[in-house]
Amino acid sequence: MRFGVVVFPGSNCDHDAYHVISKVIGQPVDFIWHKQTSLGEYDAVILPGGFSYGDYLRAGALARFSPIMGAVREFAARGGFVLGICNGFQILCESGLLPGALMRNRGRRFICEFVHVRVEATDTPFTHLYRKGQVLQLPIAHGEGNYYCDPETLAELRRENRIVFRYCDAQGRVTEAANPNGSLDNIAGICNRGRNVLGMMPHPERAAEEILGSSDGRALFQSLALVLAAMTRE
Amino acid sequence: MRATVHVRLKKSVLDPQGQAIHHAVRTLGYEGIREIRQGKFFEIELEDSISPERARALLEELARDVLANPVLEEYWVEIEGGTP
Repeated sequence: MRFGVVVFPGSNCDHDAYHVISKVIGQPVDFIWHKQTSLGEYDAVILPGGFSYGDYLRAGALARFSPIMGAVREFAARGGFVLGICNGFQILCESGLLPGALMRNRGRRFICEFVHVRVEATDTPFTHLYRKGQVLQLPIAHGEGNYYCDPETLAELRRENRIVFRYCDAQGRVTEAANPNGSLDNIAGICNRGRNVLGMMPHPERAAEEILGSSDGRALFQSLALVLAAMTRE
Repeated sequence: MRATVHVRLKKSVLDPQGQAIHHAVRTLGYEGIREIRQGKFFEIELEDSISPERARALLEELARDVLANPVLEEYWVEIEGGTP
């Protein structure tokens, strides 16, 4: 089992992701420079948070043309596991690997705080260790996290149970007041139809150890490691 | 040959930046302004060898695939001296 963390110019959560995989989950992991054109032997790839290319043009818009993204697209099409966190989610949307787009926050401000999110789908390799309806405490840190898609896409996401996380209050109620950025339907994370590509604005890698205020994000990486371990045994 | 690609949020998409500017403008005392929406444009210098027809096709493609995100934005291409 081998994890890869893609490093774009301007990524800044790459080391956090690397730390969680190597030290908290205890699995082998490498950084992958965005100029590489192949993903070699990796079993799971993380597109980390940050400000790739300074968010020039639009958040994630230029990273999508990095050489590594061709390999990420092929990897995802083969069923490889791809996790996009924050800027990584924006890149996945810009690349067309996930539908919709992340717009400027409704309140216009950059938001950096702990929020509650409810686990809506547990039938993914990233979330099977969570309980459906479980409320997690995870930090967000973004200026463009306002998820938007057209009504047809939203209907499809709902029908196919591809909304994986939604912003909620501490009791798990999905309310307008608990929506930090104006996201459509309180969407905090979605997956693709094959359920092997997950994009999310909250940062599970920043909430994987008690000392950081929450360890609710740890099970996401453990879920992935368990699935990969089972696949390796087969 | 010079061209401009204009990009703006679709009308159906909320523009918080435009709203903030509008609010500030009203606070400053300007009257008679109903709405402000913010967009952007790209000034593009084309090689002389390229025909206007080819330039238009090229810029339409560039706008759709790179300069605009069609999920949120609409765009139009203007070529200097050409028909809009």
